[in-house]
Amino acid sequence: MKYEIVIGLETHVELSTNSKIFCSCGGHSSPIEPNDCVCPACAGMPGMLPVMNKRVVELAVQAGLLLNCEISKYTTFDKKSYYYPDLPAAYQTTQWFHPICKNGHVEVTTKDGTREIGIKQIHMEEDAGKLVHDEWTDTSMVDFNRTSVPLIEIVSHPDFRSADEVLTYLKNLKAMFRFAGISECEEGAMRCDVNISLRPEGTTELGVRTEMKNMSSLVSIERAIKYETARHMDALERNTEVLVQETRRWDDTKGRTFSMRNKETAADYRYFPDPNLMPIVIDDEWLGEIRDNLPASIEEKTAEYKDYGFGDKEIEMLISERGLCAILDAVVDGGISPKSAAAWILTECAGILRKNGELVGSLSIEPSKLVTIIKMVEEGKINRGGGKKVLAAVLEKDVDPVQFCKDNSLDAQADEGAVAAVVADVIKNNQNAVNDFLGGKQKAFQALFGGCMKELKGNGDPQVIRSLLEKELEKLK
Amino acid sequence: MKYYISEINKDGTIAVDDTILVKGVLCSAGSHIMDGFEPLFSAEAVERLEKAGYKLSGKTNVGEFGLDLMGEFSYYGAVSEGGKLAGAAAALVKKGEAKAALNVDLNGSPRRAAALGGVDFIKPTYGTVSRYGVIPAACSGEQIGVTAASAEAAAEVLGVIAGHDDKDGTSLPQASYEYKTDEGVKGKKIAVISELFDAASDEVKKTVEAYAEGLKAEGAEVKTISLEEAKAAQLAWTVLSAAESCNNFSRYDGVKFGYRTPDYKNIDDLYVNTRTEGLNFLTKATVLYGSNVLSKGRYFDCYDKALRIRRLVSEKMAEIFKEFDAVLVPACGEASYEEYDIKEAFEKTYKEALFTAIPSITGIPAMATGGVQLMAAAFGESTLLSVAAAMERRG
Repeated sequence: MKYEIVIGLETHVELSTNSKIFCSCGGHSSPIEPNDCVCPACAGMPGMLPVMNKRVVELAVQAGLLLNCEISKYTTFDKKSYYYPDLPAAYQTTQWFHPICKNGHVEVTTKDGTREIGIKQIHMEEDAGKLVHDEWTDTSMVDFNRTSVPLIEIVSHPDFRSADEVLTYLKNLKAMFRFAGISECEEGAMRCDVNISLRPEGTTELGVRTEMKNMSSLVSIERAIKYETARHMDALERNTEVLVQETRRWDDTKGRTFSMRNKETAADYRYFPDPNLMPIVIDDEWLGEIRDNLPASIEEKTAEYKDYGFGDKEIEMLISERGLCAILDAVVDGGISPKSAAAWILTECAGILRKNGELVGSLSIEPSKLVTIIKMVEEGKINRGGGKKVLAAVLEKDVDPVQFCKDNSLDAQADEGAVAAVVADVIKNNQNAVNDFLGGKQKAFQALFGGCMKELKGNGDPQVIRSLLEKELEKLK
Repeated sequence: MKYYISEINKDGTIAVDDTILVKGVLCSAGSHIMDGFEPLFSAEAVERLEKAGYKLSGKTNVGEFGLDLMGEFSYYGAVSEGGKLAGAAAALVKKGEAKAALNVDLNGSPRRAAALGGVDFIKPTYGTVSRYGVIPAACSGEQIGVTAASAEAAAEVLGVIAGHDDKDGTSLPQASYEYKTDEGVKGKKIAVISELFDAASDEVKKTVEAYAEGLKAEGAEVKTISLEEAKAAQLAWTVLSAAESCNNFSRYDGVKFGYRTPDYKNIDDLYVNTRTEGLNFLTKATVLYGSNVLSKGRYFDCYDKALRIRRLVSEKMAEIFKEFDAVLVPACGEASYEEYDIKEAFEKTYKEALFTAIPSITGIPAMATGGVQLMAAAFGESTLLSVAAAMERRG
């Protein structure tokens, strides 16, 4: 019999906010030491009250818009009760009754074609802390830094039919959320619960399902799905075991899943509306604002850059990092042609960063400064070599480009008059070389040219020097 | 007999319930499980008092998490006056040892204590005083109120602690936080709810009747009405407050602060033994009841229904306040209470909730004064204080 794999995903994504979901502690990337980023509120101390972070609502709505969801006009928070040492108040604030987004869908394209994956809902919730077990002292320690970091959970319908589709979907989500500034999606910031079952092809009833919780590596997810598929297949075809609905743990080293002695399936979370958080009403005006603030999607940006005449490779480099796109767009808005802007970013900036062992993706520059530099070069106030020097100084010390040119006499070097004076000097002081040249020795020209460059300390525009030198020597013929 | 669990200033004038946090002062909420808990911040109400120049006298004894009638089941022992149960704050105010006291009203306890102790207590409209820094139990209804010897003193202190607070998401911005005591009684229409009146003892009935006569003599109109949802409000508030308390008390697990059992080998033992040893019988009963009404099979029949009753009772009360300025009812069923076995506490507090649940579940203001209880429409604090003040002037 042929079987069909049926997979549903619950994907947790950490949101890129400056503060936690219900207090003003820093967001996910702030802390360095354990329990650096904790206050009475996120530590669940009695007497604290949650205060909603507006940005979390906005980012959750943006995620919903990207996944073609209906956005709830009325959304509420609920308390989910369970005991675990990493959950300081013994309840997690989440959305059970009225999630913020519902009924979305997203397409995934694999070698088997394009299929639509239904999104049941997206809800907002707070993350839990982290337990650190020290085997040497036989103690467990709790780190509350991650407690109350905002998450969205994206619940898909059981619409995936292969590991390939799951991976494509997750990669797409990652790229989409990173690009929109919704989540940085770094290691561990995107975690998945994978629900998997098999059924005879052509049937509609779902088979016995197993769940693998809290998986964050794409490689592990793929291996785990393949392992579970084989295990289910063996059970169904060869009766190797009786499948039961359960949660299983993926062991990456052993390359297999293990049944968990599972209390959680029996747990009753006793959800109820959180009386400390008022319902949130998302009216058309606010929704419109959030929609307007949603950055262009990857597809839209790609199309825009194609219109600019960029090549595929350039587009790929730019799209890989929304920060680069933001710089490029701002430079273009500053009056620089797209091609020139792209060249300065992807060639000149990238070159300087590479020398320091950094990738172009980490570029951080005030776009207005880059505009100033490019304009000075394009208007001939400084030459391209001078432009690169200013750029390097801006990238390293964030100097003011105009002031830097003045201080280092870069602008003077571009002045043809100054170059002309140097050329005249060089001709006057190198009569031998001049005579050699006039006598037909082309090599002598290089010597004179080099002399000019040396005098100008490498700041002169080679084109300008060459043409002036040629002109002056012509006069002597 | 312990009035204060901890004293703060010898020359302080305002007592504060031990369910309200004061930075650096150990806070027990009357419970063993809070052992050694030192708050990192003060309640907003406390901050406001101190900023206005008032000095705190100390933290007053309360029943564990404020769940009992008036403090009889504090880990630090019951307070009694002349062999009868009494609230610590009410007793201190009555003796003149404190000018006023802040108390958390979640189940009517400070209202009962004031009515029986011969002082005033006002619970303002929900959202008037910030709950930031209140040891949480029944978040959807609890409010800090003021115990004082007179309506004027209560109005003064309430005016100081009331106000919008960004730290409390349920804090409701209001146009004014000034409370009047001079609106008088003349021409006011007052309703007596028969379901509450009839359930009280004869002695309590007499007190209510005498108060009603006084109101009439001052020119008010008093009429008896029926509120058939009164019993539903009593049950619904018990469901909601127990459920919320159960959830809020889960944080006392021996992991982070407070009491921890010496007897554990693993995390489950740590939780179970800490809570078994650290919580009293009434709290455990409340937790079990609250857990039950939230459980999968019961949520819609119990908790969700209680939320619907809350709305229904709110609407009914709004109807009543279209016609009447205030409601006059007993504050409790008996004229006095003696110490009793804690195993009876859940039933006893449930029974008393008939008299106090309506303001808790609907959020309307209520006041214990002259041994009775007054209620008014939302933001009707000045009406309550003015009626009480006029009756107090009458003597």
